[in-house]
Parts: sequence; C-alpha cells; structure tokens
Amino acid sequence: MAVKRYDNRLGIKGWLWAGKYPLERYFYSLQRLTGLGILLFLLLHLVETSYRIYGKGPWEATMAFFDTPLFLSLEYVVFAALIFHGLNGLRLILEEMGYLLGKPGRPVFPYVSSRQRQRPVIWVIGLTIVGLLLITAWDMFLA
Amino acid sequence: MASDIRVRVFRFNPEEKAEPRFDLFSVPYSKGMTILDCLIYIKEHLDSTLAFRSSCRMGICGSCGVMVNGFPHLACHTQVSELGTDRLELRPLANYDVIKDLVVDLTPLFNKHKMVKPYLISPQLTADHVREFAQTPLELERYLQFSYCVKCGLCIAACPTCATDKQFLGPQALAQVFRYNMDSRDVGSKDRIQVIDQPHGLWRCHLAGACSDVCPKGVDPALAIQLLKRSVVGSWLGLTKRNVPRLVEEQEKQAPADAPKAPPLSV
Ligand code: SF4
Ligand code: FES
Repeated sequence: MAVKRYDNRLGIKGWLWAGKYPLERYFYSLQRLTGLGILLFLLLHLVETSYRIYGKGPWEATMAFFDTPLFLSLEYVVFAALIFHGLNGLRLILEEMGYLLGKPGRPVFPYVSSRQRQRPVIWVIGLTIVGLLLITAWDMFLA
Repeated sequence: MASDIRVRVFRFNPEEKAEPRFDLFSVPYSKGMTILDCLIYIKEHLDSTLAFRSSCRMGICGSCGVMVNGFPHLACHTQVSELGTDRLELRPLANYDVIKDLVVDLTPLFNKHKMVKPYLISPQLTADHVREFAQTPLELERYLQFSYCVKCGLCIAACPTCATDKQFLGPQALAQVFRYNMDSRDVGSKDRIQVIDQPHGLWRCHLAGACSDVCPKGVDPALAIQLLKRSVVGSWLGLTKRNVPRLVEEQEKQAPADAPKAPPLSV
C-alpha cells in the first residue's frame, strides 16, 4: 500500500510572500511582479495604439478615454515599475555575474554572507528610485 | 521570557486523517533551551507520538531542520531566547513531502546532490594511488567555504524557485557543483556543467538570496551559484582556467634538491 504523504511545497505563495526574509527577498518578489506588470502594460499599450489604424475619430476617442486622473495615476505606477525593474535588473545582472558579492573565504562565526555584503547597493538603488519617483510625481501631478 | 512557552506544532499522521492539524503544548522555559529541547520535552512528557528527526544535537548531522515561526532553522542550533517570543509555531520544512509530523522526506535533496557528481574526478585518482595532491592555501580557500554543507536542506525550504519548481536542482546541489569545480584536484567540471546547464538547472536561480540567509553553516549557496554562473559563461567563452591536479611526489621531483620533502607514508 502506498504511504500517504503531505505535499508541503509552498507554490506561488512561496515565491511571492517574502515573510521574515530580508529586503533582498522583497526585491526579488517585486522584480518578478513588476516584470509581469510591464508585460501586461506592453500588451495594453499595443492594443491602445492600434486604434490609430481606424482613423482620427476612434483614435481621439481612445485618447480621451485614457486622459483621466485614474489613468494618469496608473501611468505613474507603470513608470515606478519600469525604474524599479530597470535599476534592480542592473544590480541582478552584475551580481549574477559574480560582482558586488565579495569573495569566498573561511566561514567564521558570525557568518557574513554575500547577501549582506551587497546590502549598500540595495540602499543606493532604493534611494535612487525614491528620488526619481518624487521628481516624476512633482512633474506629473504638481508642475 | 515567560516561565512557560506556548508551542504550536504541525501534526500529520498518514495512517489517520489525510489532513494535517495543529496541537498546542505548554513547555517550561529554561535558560539556553533550544527548539530541539522543546521537542524532546514534548515527546518525553506531553505526547510520545510526536515525530521529529535529530541525531547529533550540535549542528553537525543536519537532520533536525524545521520551520520555526515561518523561517527554516536547525532545531538543535536555535535557542528559544534568540527568537524574541514565547510563542512558537513549528512546521515541517517547506518544499518537501511530509512523512509524519515534522519529519520530511529528504530523498529529493540527496538524489539531486548525487546527480551533480559531488566527488573528485581525476585520472590520477586510482585504487592504487597512495600519495596526496598538492594544494596551496589559496587554492583551498576557493572552495573551502562550500565544503561545510551538512545537507540539512534548509536552503531548499527557503528558496522561492524550489517552492514552484519540483525539478529545480536547488541551492544545495548547485553550491556543491561550484565546490568541486573549483577544487584544483578535480577535472570533472565539464561533466557537472552538462548536468546543470539545463532548463531546471543553474539558470533557474534568480538570486533571491534566501538560501544564504538560512544556511546554518555559512556555506553561502547564493554566492556559489552566482560565481558558478560566471564560470560557466567563462567556459563558453573559453576564458576559464582549467584545474591542473599536481601530485605531491611530482611537485617534489620538480623542486630544488634541498627543499623539504613530505614525510613517508606509514600505511
Ligand atoms: S547549503 Fe547550508 S542550508 Fe543548504 S543544505 Fe548545505 S548546510 Fe544546509
Ligand atoms: S541534531 Fe544534528 S544538526 Fe541538529
């Protein structure tokens, strides 16, 4: 008789929910979420701009439909996703090629991991993103 | 810390109900108490049917991994006081099949470990080979850190790719690929790269870094995997230096006549 097992695989929740893990783990989830969001935006953007082929009337109606505070706010979210995904993506490319992480050494307690060694880069990226978002918010909503 | 701690434990018995449940226990706290001490207290005084795995009680055998308040820990290596709470929730390690209560099936971990050929591959290693390989301290440091792995599997419980991809080789096995590929005594890197350069292999790691955060031995699998990616790309471009194993006796032949010799073997 086959013995019953309980499947304890976390599934989608496991990659999405960063729980008690440090900031880098949240960056990981956000990188993937923003990636999916940008892909979705790209598809919608293609549909939206394709209205141009139906002539001036439908195109202007589409433009008027999107010219509302709601869509302006969504545009801001897309922009935020783009800068996060781009800047964090650069960090990931460098780190996946073994840079910024430090070198292997003798593990002496308390251990300092490569994740901890690259933490300053996370702060630089985080602050740059916040700065860019503030400037853009001022430009889009207040200027 | 309160005098008693409340421990909520995941229970699953394949012979009873198919669905798991949680049991609540009150355990008297004592200074220096570990999670494993709590489990042993429960088993000895409150419920002898509780199943968990342990052996060395000193962070060496790697068998006592559990999720403590949502984070993978070695039960014998984690004191209750370091968690900053008197309420504990103990669950079996995530991303494995549960056999009973807190005991998970680590077979996939060991199978993947075996798949990547975790041993020295060298034509100089033969049954009648009796002399040592020469290795400088610098060559040793290229892989030493990664050889401390105790195969506890915590890194797999923490890895978000392992959460969704059952076939992913996982941080433990990939770190061992780097450990052996970097060893100056080994010439088997091509064989191992063949195993990992596939859809569920090396490139599935997207650097969440969680494996390195939970590793109780300072192995830092995330570092090993990223350096492995660099070395695999380097090997595609023909930029990686090959290991050239040197036997001590060969090295001695080339050394000046007055250089100190290795002591004779007393086998
Ligand atoms: S790499 Fe660390 S966490 Fe993973 S199995 Fe080895 S010792 Fe355990
Ligand atoms: S009992 Fe051996 S590592 Fe915990």
